[in-house]
Parts: sequence; C-alpha cells; structure tokens
Amino acid sequence: MKLSHIDKLESESIHIIREVVSEFDNPVMLYSIGKDSSVMLHLAHKAFYPSKIPFKLMHIDTTWKFKEMINFRDETAKKYNLDLLVHINKEGVRNNINPISSGSKIHTDVMKTQSLIQALDKYKFDAAFGGARRDEEKSRAKERIFSFRDKKHRWDPKNQKPELWNLFNTKIDQGESVRVFPLSNWTEIDIWQYIYQENIPLVPLYFSKIRPIIRRNDMMIMVDDDRLKIKENEKIEQKKVRFRTLGCYPLTAAVESDATTVEEIIIELLESKYSERQGRLIDNDQIGSMEKKKQEGYF
Amino acid sequence: MDIETFFQNQNNKKQLKILTCGSVDDGKSTLIGRLLFDSKNIYSDQLSQTKIESEKYGTQGKQIDLALLIDGLQAEREQGITIDVAYRYFETEKCKFIIADTPGHEEYTRNMVTGASNSDVGIILVDATKGILDQTKRHTFILSLLGIENIIVAVNKMDLINYDEIKFKNIIASFKNFAREFNFNLQKFIPISALVGDNVFQKNTNISWYNGKSLINELEEISLKEPLEEEIFSLPIQFVNRLSSEFRGYSGTITSGKIKVNDEFHVFSSKEKIKIIKILTPKGESDFAVKGQAVTLTLDKEVDISRGDLLCSVKNHNYFLSDQFASHIIWMNKEQMIPERNYIFKFINFQTIGKITDLVHKININSFEKIASKFLNLNEIGYAKVALNKNTIFNPYKNNKKLGSFVIIDQFNNQTVGAGVIEHELRRASNISWHQMSINKNLRSSINGQKPCVLWFTGLSGSGKSTIANIIEQKLHKLGKHTYLLDGDNVRHGLNKDLGFTDVDRVENIRRISEVSRLMVDAGLITIVSFISPFKSERKMARELVEIDEFIEIYVDTSIEECEKRDPKGLYKKARSGKLKNFTGIDSNYEIPSSPEIILETNIKSAEELADEVILYLKQYNKI
Repeated sequence: MKLSHIDKLESESIHIIREVVSEFDNPVMLYSIGKDSSVMLHLAHKAFYPSKIPFKLMHIDTTWKFKEMINFRDETAKKYNLDLLVHINKEGVRNNINPISSGSKIHTDVMKTQSLIQALDKYKFDAAFGGARRDEEKSRAKERIFSFRDKKHRWDPKNQKPELWNLFNTKIDQGESVRVFPLSNWTEIDIWQYIYQENIPLVPLYFSKIRPIIRRNDMMIMVDDDRLKIKENEKIEQKKVRFRTLGCYPLTAAVESDATTVEEIIIELLESKYSERQGRLIDNDQIGSMEKKKQEGYF
Repeated sequence: MDIETFFQNQNNKKQLKILTCGSVDDGKSTLIGRLLFDSKNIYSDQLSQTKIESEKYGTQGKQIDLALLIDGLQAEREQGITIDVAYRYFETEKCKFIIADTPGHEEYTRNMVTGASNSDVGIILVDATKGILDQTKRHTFILSLLGIENIIVAVNKMDLINYDEIKFKNIIASFKNFAREFNFNLQKFIPISALVGDNVFQKNTNISWYNGKSLINELEEISLKEPLEEEIFSLPIQFVNRLSSEFRGYSGTITSGKIKVNDEFHVFSSKEKIKIIKILTPKGESDFAVKGQAVTLTLDKEVDISRGDLLCSVKNHNYFLSDQFASHIIWMNKEQMIPERNYIFKFINFQTIGKITDLVHKININSFEKIASKFLNLNEIGYAKVALNKNTIFNPYKNNKKLGSFVIIDQFNNQTVGAGVIEHELRRASNISWHQMSINKNLRSSINGQKPCVLWFTGLSGSGKSTIANIIEQKLHKLGKHTYLLDGDNVRHGLNKDLGFTDVDRVENIRRISEVSRLMVDAGLITIVSFISPFKSERKMARELVEIDEFIEIYVDTSIEECEKRDPKGLYKKARSGKLKNFTGIDSNYEIPSSPEIILETNIKSAEELADEVILYLKQYNKI
C-alpha cells in the first residue's frame, strides 16, 4: 500500500498535534471557524480518537465576524462537546474600535492581535495551535512548524531556531510560548480535497448564494448587519457570491461565483487566477505587512 | 472536468521534497521563482505585487525579478539575499513538489542544513561564470552527510557564457573530482538559465549540444530508493492514550515496515512480547498499517510502555538501547560546542541530558580533511562521541533517518545549537559498573555529627571568595567538623596544571573539581570549593553530581568595579593592559547565578560577618 500525498500530510499533522500534547502543559487550539480551522479540528479528533480532544479551543472574537460564523462556531462546539473559550477585547469594544472608522490596521491590531495576547496571558497557555499554511503568504513560507514566541508574544523572523527532520524543540521558559502550525505543508487545493474526501462541515458562507453586497474600494462587501453604513454613492445589490476566506465581514471581499458545493469550489479554484488572500484587505495595507503583523503577535 | 478523476490524478502524483542549494548569487530564488512561474503555480495578484516590488528592490531592471516571489522577509527583499529557509509548493502533471529554498551565505549554513534534513533530492546550483566555489563543496558534503542520495547539479547562468559547452564540461569535471567519494545514488548535470528559462521546464535550442532532459523532467523521473530496513517494523511510542478510563492505546508514527492485526512484536526496552489487537489509522479502524501513518494501537495485555519506548519486530534488527554512540555533528550556534558540557539531546520521541565527551575530529569542508580539534564553531561539522544520562533507543541514520537523528538544545537559552546523525553505538559504559562498598557516606560522616555537603563559592576574581572560605573552614574546624578547602589557584598547581584559561579548559577545570568534590562528599567531608566558576552550565553539572540538598551555591556578590579597585593580585591591571588574556569580567564572560542558596554582599558586611551567615545556614539546615 502506498500513501497518497494527502495521507502523508494527514499523518504528519496528527504527529505534530500529538507531540504538542506530549510536551506541553497547557496547549490551546486557536479556532477561527474558517475552513483551515475546521480541517485542523478534524485532525485533532483523529489524533486522540476514541478519546476527547485533550485541550481547549479558543476563538478570538472581534465582534465583527459574520453572523453565520458565530452560529456555526456554537453549533460545532455543541455537536462535538468541545471545551470552547471565546475572548473579546473589552477595552477595544469600550473604545469603539471597529474596522470601518478605525481602519483595518488599528482594528486588526486591537481586536485580533492585542486580544489574542490578552487571552494567552490570561489563561497562561504555553502552546497555541494555528491553522496557517506556508503557501498562503510569503512570510508564512518562512515560518517554522513550532514557532517560538518571547514573553511579549513577539516573533523574531531573523532568529528562528533551526527545525530539522521532525524533531521539534519544545523547550521554553516560563511565560514564553510556541505557536504550532500543523497544516504548514498543506496547500489550498489539499485543504479542499481533504474537506471533500472527509466530508468536513463548513460555514455556509464558503458556498455561493444570493447575498446583499455593496462595492467599496474595488471589493464586494457583504452587508451582514446595520453597522455597515451605506454611503450615498453606494447601493445594495443582490449578487451570487461566496467567500474564499472568512474574517471580519467589512474587511472580507466576496467573489462572484456559482459554486455551491465543494466539488464546484475545487473546479473553480483550478480555473482561478487569484490567490485566496487577495480577498483580505489587511495583507496589503503596507509592504511586508503580514510579516510586521506576525512580529507583533498576529497569527 | 470530472472531480473524481481529478482526485485520482492528484492521489497518483508522486510527492517529492527537493531543496535548492549552492553559493550566494547562484540564482536559487530565481530558479524557484521560474519553477513556480512555468508550472503556472503563481496567481496573478501575487505576480502583480511582485511587479510592484521588482521596481522597488528588483535586480533585473524593468523585468520582473522572480526571486522576489520567494524572498518572504522584508530584510531579504531589501538586501536581495535569502536568509531563512522558505518552503514552496508547486505541482506538475506527474508530481507534487515541496521545495525548500535555502540560503547560500556561509553564515546561514544552519538554515541550509534544516532544509536538507527533510528533502529527498538536492539541486546544487553552480554559477557558470564562477564555477565550483567553497559553498558548492560545503553544501554537497552536507547533502551526503544527511543521506540525500539523489542530486542534480544545475549549471546556471548559461546565457552569460554564451552556452559554452567546454566551460560546462569543465565544471562537471571539477565537480565529479571533488564529489567522487560521496557515493550519491543518482547524479545528473544540466546546463540551465533560470532567468530566461532554458532547460528548466523547456528544452532550449540555444543548448543544442545538450542531449539530456530538462530539470523538471529529470525531477519527475526520480524514483526514491527505499531504505535498507524497509521490511522491519518500528513504531516509536509518541503518546499513550489513556484519556478516558475505558481506553488504553499507544500512539505514534510508523517509521519503517508494516503491521497487521494479530502480529506479534516486542517492547524494545523490556523485550516483553505483545500482540496487536486493534489498529486505528487516520482512516479509521484497519487490519493493517504502513510506514508513515500516524496510528494508535491496542494490545492484548497491559504492559509498561511509555513515550520514548519502541515497538518493533522481534528478530533481526539493528536497534540499540544504549547511552553512548558515535555521530557526526553539525554545530549551529555562535557559542562554540564545548566537550563535557551538558546539553539536552532530543530524539524522535525522547529527550535527555547528555554531553559530547570527545570530538574525534572536525572536517575541513574545502579539502574534506580530518582535523584534530577540541571544539566546534558555528557551521562546523565534526565526528564525536556522545554520552547520555539515560539509555535511549536508536538506529544508525543510514538505516533509519527518524531513529538515527537528534538535535542538541542549550539547557539555559533553549536554542537549538546542533544536530547529529548517529553512525554507530559505543559500548564503553556498560563494562564499568559502580562498586558498592560496605562503609558508606552516612557512616563516614556520622562519626563527627555532620552531614557532608559542598559549599560552592562563585564570583569574580578578587571578590573575596577565598578569604571568606578560609574563615569558614577555621570556624568549622573549631566546631570539630571535618572539612576540606579546594582552592582555584592551588588546584591549578597540581591536578589541573595542564589546563589554561580558554572556555574549553575552564569547563574541564570545573568538571574535574566537581568530580573531586563529589568524592569528598562521599568521604563525608564538608567540602568548600572556591573557584570563579563563571558558567551556569558547569555549576549545574557540579550540582547534579551530588544529592539535591548537598549542594550549596554561594554567590559572592562584589561588583567588577570594586574587584578591580581591590585587585589583590594585580591581575585586573594586567588584563586591562592586555598582558593577561581570557580574564573573567574583562574579556571572558561571568554568568551571575540565577538562584543561589546564599548571596554574600561584600560591600555591606565584613568577611567575618559573612562567614557567620554561612555557619548559621549550615546549622539551620542541620548540616552541623
């Protein structure tokens, strides 16, 4: 019997997840509700089957996620009896930080990065799983599978520990932590193939449907609630759209699509000429911007 | 397109892990950019962003600089070099590639080693205008050391030498000449130009004299040789699944061979025989499982197996349970490797303290000569003997890469400082056993009502260690206690007169003193040690040689300014004038203890008062 490349990726990820549970005292899985998180969660189930997942999941809620994401999150937690923590940066909420008037940079910094750091400090997690993949973005291509963070949760890209074979350096001092990326070697198409083969449930936003959108900064933004104020020159259109990645709804661009099933998405993807992070405003607000965000503590 | 056919094609594709290496500016990032571009694995938005960046940082004038697709760190784009290993993914009709782009600069060799450790094939780039360079040799050697059997030598920038066949052949000849002893299984030479794309994907008419395949075709046709012990099953236990009371399973990733339900194996450490009842693979319960799968097994009986152990075939194997082995080591840290210093050794499912007892030789990467040396510096490779504190299960690297490799971690700053591949086992320790004597430490020390211990004084030269230690010994003597004072200067006249003041010698100096003080504690004595002992690592080693409550670390806290002002032996003056090298506090480091049992602050109290504090401590802890 020969293992296919997906089988190899699957076993590699399970190995990584088990290694963290073996070597760390207090790991957590960052659950962002997206397709990569759904795959990661699925792999965690497999790693410890028939037992329950032996760590908590945590969602950093910016309060601006799509409503359907939050519903899906709560249903998933209930269905699988997950230990789910939800953290919101209350100070950010008090200061009315939001993606529309504060801008994507400040909003992401306060409600995602700072919020995540607050939560990691509060619960004293020593390892945090994230669903990032190396093929997503150039600075992620450089990141280790076990990526060290100092006491202030900062990443030092120029001083990463060499990571040889599958031997992971798990030694840290008190207050330090690692971010662990079990999906490092998966590509976008691998993720979709796996979702198809394993029949992994996803947030319906990935599938095309008629949705209310406006056009802003050359992007189609879905009107998910009345916090998105429609400007005079804008009008709500009903368009058949879907999302390639999910984040805060005012920062996540929809793409026109007819794909309503995983199969159709894969076919669309094969014909597509645009990468998935193109739908994310935050990547392009400055040159090398993902690297900067990651240094500050963003996933 | 039919989706099932698509997946079938995907699943039939071979997965190949490759790395590009060679000297700086040989065009590695450009080649990978070319591979991604020609295989149409670049999206148009990534391309347009690269165009913008090409104008800012590019080296190709108005043309798009494909290297900028790859260099992901801001500093890399600005400096136009690759610093860290980057992983890229692309595919062709036949193959899925994971490609590690590794740096060419000598100072980033450790990142190249990192990329090589996980690769099946090495592409060695040679700049046709420069020929074979030191880095070409170094990287070729590392590939061979890490057991990479397939290499492709891509002679790049052929466009710059007008596709000259003679020059190409000369480069091949000199490569073959230095690489002949490496025994690569497959070794191919291709003239290419990554910049214009010649012979990368497409064969090019500019090089009509070349009859071989293009780079991508050559890669697609590589078939990976199965390792020697393929048929022998081994599963390092990674995790024992006892998360619920009704289930007990043993999890890990199979590193060689295959298993079926009802097969019999043994637990390597205890040699106990067990039978496999259930196999849980990622695809659910199965009758069998193979190399590479992450599985959970249930067994026919409850046996003592924990993380670090190994399940393997009962007979005919090459596995060892030992605390010593010989290995090649690559050093990856600015702080040099010091023999006899304790480090953490991490294996696939186990970590323990150990040390490099003896560096047999290091290797000159230009001539591949073996050179005598005591230590390794950053990026140096040597052959060494390793001794661990605990027995560990391993297999020589050539038989099983997963069970024959390890990394070395610094105990204090947690850096990964080295990596090694195991060559063979060493059996020394098992022949020497510790003789149990009838009269022991407790009996010896009970005669005069004391508990033996080490009072370990550490501090800068001139801080007052010896003065205070001397007073303490006098006071203990008056109390009728048996003591011995080991003084730094005195010991260097005899036992350690062969040692100087380099870091390596300082470590050996303290190692000997630690062993002597252990014997003295065993003799029942209150042992007073007065040495600068500047490194945390060696003080920890001394501490670990005796029982937990027998080691009392005393930090004599005197500032360097104060010591220099006192300068009782005139040493600081000499050191400042450059007449004395490697002087602690001047041109050699002193690491302040993080949690000593006692701190003596000499600027507040007299030596007499400080000595009384130590005596009081000994009384409080029932030592006297």
